[in-house]
Amino acid sequence: MTSVDSSTPDSNIERFSPLHQAHVDAGASFTDFAGWQMPVRYSSDLAEHHAVRNQAGLFDLSHMAEILVDGPDAAAYLDYALAGKLSVIELWQAKYSLLLNETGGIIDDLVVYRLDDAKFLVVANAGNRFAAFDALAARAADFDVTVVDQSDDYALIAVQGPNALAILDATEGVTDLGTDLLFMKYYRITDAFFRGHPLLVARTGYTGEDGFELYLAADHARELWDALVVAGADKGLVPAGLASRDTLRLEAGMPLYGHELTLTTFPAQAGLGRVVNVNKEGDFVGRAASVAGPAAGASVLVGLIAAGKRAGRADYEIFRSLDAAHSDGVITSGALSPTLGYPVAMAYVTPDLARLGTEVYVDVRGTRIPATVTSLPFYKRVK
Amino acid sequence: MTDTSALQYTAEHEWVLVEGSIATVGITAYAAEKLGDVVFVELPEVGSTVAGGTVVGEIESTKSVGELFAPVNGTVTATNDAVVNSPELVNSDPFGEGWLIKVEFDTLPTLLTFAEYSALVGE
Repeated sequence: MTSVDSSTPDSNIERFSPLHQAHVDAGASFTDFAGWQMPVRYSSDLAEHHAVRNQAGLFDLSHMAEILVDGPDAAAYLDYALAGKLSVIELWQAKYSLLLNETGGIIDDLVVYRLDDAKFLVVANAGNRFAAFDALAARAADFDVTVVDQSDDYALIAVQGPNALAILDATEGVTDLGTDLLFMKYYRITDAFFRGHPLLVARTGYTGEDGFELYLAADHARELWDALVVAGADKGLVPAGLASRDTLRLEAGMPLYGHELTLTTFPAQAGLGRVVNVNKEGDFVGRAASVAGPAAGASVLVGLIAAGKRAGRADYEIFRSLDAAHSDGVITSGALSPTLGYPVAMAYVTPDLARLGTEVYVDVRGTRIPATVTSLPFYKRVK
Repeated sequence: MTDTSALQYTAEHEWVLVEGSIATVGITAYAAEKLGDVVFVELPEVGSTVAGGTVVGEIESTKSVGELFAPVNGTVTATNDAVVNSPELVNSDPFGEGWLIKVEFDTLPTLLTFAEYSALVGE
């Protein structure tokens, strides 16, 4: 096996997206995200959120990690390295999966795209780039496969929202699509060109809306960004920052690594038991621990909704009553839902509080506010 | 348009407009920008006594929570109902329609000048 590390950059260095100047030009405010200076908002995070729900938003996700797995054993290798059965996905299909450690905890959650019989693109979180790559490289030892971290070569632009299809369709320079956009299903990817340069078009996202994620060489990112802006000008497209991305994914009930998912979280606790295929042939990393499952009484992820406007936020504690001395849970993500108008949160609670409709209390900076356990997602688009 | 150079400031990013014994208090544009879109504002009761330097209210955005500190010792004489009903005023007009509370005081502590506050936020 070969694993090629694209020279580990110093994690203390501030990193900039290939689209940084586009964000500066658009007046973005920036935030540090896993060492990257990324747009948190351009003008209003609420306006950007509503644009994605109602029209379309344009996101720069170039900080995310792209790891290419290539070689005769690629499919069998991924079945061993990841929790799901990746060998069964079809050419140009995508699958959400988990990278587990030996104790069944989550190193990262990722999306895997099959680009050829023996070639897969694995997309990992920016903050887990090196942990994910290191684990994937180490697991390749007994397989005829190469694992290459190509994160620095790729830019990733997402167009999300009900108008995303029309915008991409109208984008000048996007040619040779392997699949017509109209017939492309959700969680599929296809190859294409943008002004002669290779482009991957995936119908995936992290907003709860229809949309596309576009992978291309970093050198051509600005050209594509600008072409999308032009195509979206009469279709309500606005650049959208990470603040709106977070409220969008929260409403859609999608977990965020470091919040809902951690090295000590079992997928089953996070409601992701279906992602772990303990029935597939052969061993995979984390299998024994996954079969054993989390300890009895381990907390489970639930949705919470509340009345009023005061939102419970990450790390706020959950109590079973107004006067309970000990907390029985903690919020991992929470906000006043821009779409719904009331507070929503994801939280880990003791199993006896996880039943839908259970009334609990959230300690909002010293005041216990009632909340109700509800099913996820909070928001589901009308198809 | 408020003349922001005529206001006084705190290190907690409030602005203070002093008229006689009444201090009108809001948060600065810098603070509003850092918070993002404000979605909820909680203000003290009219008539309540506040102590300078203590938290008397909260300004919540989708992303985070900001605390409102009383810049002076005194009694709250008015709160801005418009902001409670339309928290976005804090973003759209932080030095005007987005004012938060009025406090009647006896003595005014030393606050920051416009130049000092500008230096603090590096603008």
